[in-house]
Amino acid sequence: MRKALLALAFCTALACQPAYAQEAPALPPAAPSVAAPVQTPADAYTDMASTHFDAIIRGVERLGRSGEARALAALQALEAHKLLAGNDTVYIRTDTGLVDARTGQNAPADLTGLHPVRLNNRVRQTLASARAELLLAQGTQAERRDALAQIQAHPDAAMLPVLDKALADPSNKSLAGSLNAARAAILLSPGAQPVALSEQLAAVAAIKAQGGLAAKSLLSRAATLVPLAPQTREAAGKAVASIDFRLKLWGYGQDLFYGVSLSSVLLLSAMGLAITFGVMGVINMAHGELMMVGAYTTFMVERLVAAYIPALAPFSLILALPVAFVVSGGLGILIERSVIRFLYGRPLETLLASWGVSLILQQAIRSVFGPTNVAVTTPGWLGGSFALGGLEITTVRLAIFLFAIAVMAALTLVLKRTPLGLHMRAVTQNRRMAALMGIRTARVDALTFGLGSGIAGLAGVAVSQIDNVSPNLGQGYIIDSFLVVVFGGVGNLWGSLAAALALGIGGKGLEPLIGAVSGKILLLVLVILFIQRHPRGMFPMRGRGIES
Amino acid sequence: MSTDFSFRSARWTALAVVVLAVVLAFASLLPQSSALSVSPFVVTLCGKYLSYALLALAVDLVWGFAGILTLGHAAFFALGAYGMGMYLTREIGARGVYGNPDLPDFMVFLSWHRLPWYWWGSNHFAISLALMLGVPAVLAGLFGWLAFRSRVSGVYLSIITQALTYALMLAFFQNGMGFGGNNGLTGFKDVLGFDLTAPGTRATLLALTGLILGAVLMGARFLMGGRYGRLLVAVRDTESRTRFLAYRPEQIKLLVWVVSALIAALGGALYVLQIGIVNPGEFAPANSIEAVIWVAVGGRGTLTGAVIGAVLVNLGKTLFTAILPEFWLYGLGALFLATTLFLPHGVMGLLRHVPRKREEEVTPEITNPEGSNA
Repeated sequence: MRKALLALAFCTALACQPAYAQEAPALPPAAPSVAAPVQTPADAYTDMASTHFDAIIRGVERLGRSGEARALAALQALEAHKLLAGNDTVYIRTDTGLVDARTGQNAPADLTGLHPVRLNNRVRQTLASARAELLLAQGTQAERRDALAQIQAHPDAAMLPVLDKALADPSNKSLAGSLNAARAAILLSPGAQPVALSEQLAAVAAIKAQGGLAAKSLLSRAATLVPLAPQTREAAGKAVASIDFRLKLWGYGQDLFYGVSLSSVLLLSAMGLAITFGVMGVINMAHGELMMVGAYTTFMVERLVAAYIPALAPFSLILALPVAFVVSGGLGILIERSVIRFLYGRPLETLLASWGVSLILQQAIRSVFGPTNVAVTTPGWLGGSFALGGLEITTVRLAIFLFAIAVMAALTLVLKRTPLGLHMRAVTQNRRMAALMGIRTARVDALTFGLGSGIAGLAGVAVSQIDNVSPNLGQGYIIDSFLVVVFGGVGNLWGSLAAALALGIGGKGLEPLIGAVSGKILLLVLVILFIQRHPRGMFPMRGRGIES
Repeated sequence: MSTDFSFRSARWTALAVVVLAVVLAFASLLPQSSALSVSPFVVTLCGKYLSYALLALAVDLVWGFAGILTLGHAAFFALGAYGMGMYLTREIGARGVYGNPDLPDFMVFLSWHRLPWYWWGSNHFAISLALMLGVPAVLAGLFGWLAFRSRVSGVYLSIITQALTYALMLAFFQNGMGFGGNNGLTGFKDVLGFDLTAPGTRATLLALTGLILGAVLMGARFLMGGRYGRLLVAVRDTESRTRFLAYRPEQIKLLVWVVSALIAALGGALYVLQIGIVNPGEFAPANSIEAVIWVAVGGRGTLTGAVIGAVLVNLGKTLFTAILPEFWLYGLGALFLATTLFLPHGVMGLLRHVPRKREEEVTPEITNPEGSNA
């Protein structure tokens, strides 16, 4: 059902690299090196103008080592297929015309016989290293970090002196870790010159400290490399085991996150039900459809905002929250006044009647919006994900988790701190006595049902961000949310919370072991068995009646 | 809700069902030119309605007489259907697409080499019959024993019956289960050597379904009309009082629960014989709820009402989906609403002459001592 969760395989390649590195203050671009290079850049550009790959590769290598200010532009042009060769030199094709790569001057207008500089995989590989080298000397902090990651991913012994030079540069102090890691990767790669044992061991330690899948594959290769000392290989093998263990722990953490995320969706969908079911004893089978209405309201609000106030478009989701609450809540009150009201005291018949309501709502939505999914966009500020240690946190799921907590807190406040909450609790505990004390139970019932339905609408807004918004949306949630309420104990919000956590984390925890569907089946069977032991759920309402 | 034992009319219903089914079966064998001829389509349709009527009867026994609102009876129906489907699949033999004499097509497709152990005996009709009825009965027995022993009742019971059928649906959707995954079992050729597409076989099956439904109606009437039926109603209306009188409500409920599962399974088996396909969709919780509404429309606790409701609602479904497909769900939804709001005793309530005043005078809270959770 929640396949989006499954689809997120954990990609911890960047395990220890904070993804927000861009925030570091950018360094001013380093001045072009003053020292005259061994090969004049002229040779490099001439080489690149050749038609032979060997010459082109040599040219790219030289350009990378040159540290020339204009070299980077030339390499980037080559990568983008915008570098043209002719007259023993190369030109960059820009939007306005040709520019001489060597001088930066506009090329003469009467140039003919130019041909694009050819690229093959070998050239591309060299190009990547050369660009990394240039970036390391000239780039911003973030660019340098990327360049180092690039070097580490494709270790090349030729880069060693470049790294050593960069390590000596005081402006790279904050990059020391990445620099050392890149250097260690080269020392442990097949083409490297053997170095002292202590240095090899230090390299293993540096890579191990980095962790992640890339480090693991590097080390497992190093563990079988004969030129390395036996002790190094042994250390590398141990480091692989240690990284494996760490990855496994992060994997559990990731599963836990998925579980909590699923729990928050379950909690959101069950909370409204806990209100209507717990307080009024009404089994509202149309609850899922009220969520669906909330999701479609989100869609409508998004469309309207985009059409009339485009400036607010990124925040249409926030606007949708109160609208969905009011729409679903109003619909709930309507259902209560027109149907449920006549069926109090006959809970099993409210079940059938509200099932009828759910069918009508489904078909109405299908008639208006069509049977297929509608596209609700996720605003930019909710998109993407970020790494937290070895965890990949999807922003949307984190937001839904926080939202569920907020709704739960708000609901608790309403129940404990407002007159409506007081009346609701009074009616729950003893409907008759409450009526005798002057509480208008019918009004409380309508408002309670409206509140529960409104929360279903809020859940619908949240769900629209992670699930398909279609007329069948409600069907997917109704069984799960009933299980949460019944499992937790009717009339008990905290019970619902505990049940949602147990079902969500339990489900996600079983998933890697026995598969998603089998896990779900096992969970259902466990809940069925649990209800046998505790017929009133985990936290039953205590009473003195014969039946409780 | 009180019972006036109006289900005694079940005798006439049984007779009517049998006569109708037999007449239709004979009419279908008449030559096409005859004015009284019935098309094979109608025969299949009637067979389907009667199979559904068996399911409705099963629901009526537990809901109407024992007060257990089951939202998972389709599970027993589907298990019976799968049992029959397995036998019919084995009957195909080497005539499948892959021509494998030992393995059904979908297993060849999944490159399995042996039949799973639970397909044992599916090539013998007698063993299959025992299994297609026995498995649902055992499952119901186990489930009911656990649930009634720990006094799970009301909504809680409804929800876990729903969870049961939902879990089974998920399981049967899996290819690895060995029941054909989401395609289910189909492509049947013959039963006990008779060609399933032959008009004679179809007519016989319809008549047989009518006979079985009649027999089950009579059996149910016998069971409910006697001491056991009265006990059951006592348990339904005030379970605790019955318990205090030294009866064992859990055993009383368990018996009706298992009998009901058997009837549902029988309906499922007859359904597959005539429809020719069974897939995991049969387990869908929505199907179970629909079966409940058949009973509600007909009038719960009347036996006859279950049959009438199943036939009426499904006839309506057939007509609606043929003429106004978009409006079927509106119609069904409205039916749910109208029945619960205006027709608490269903069609059978309409047929009664004396209005039942006594019930409307008191508030539901008093007539329903089980409290709001009942």
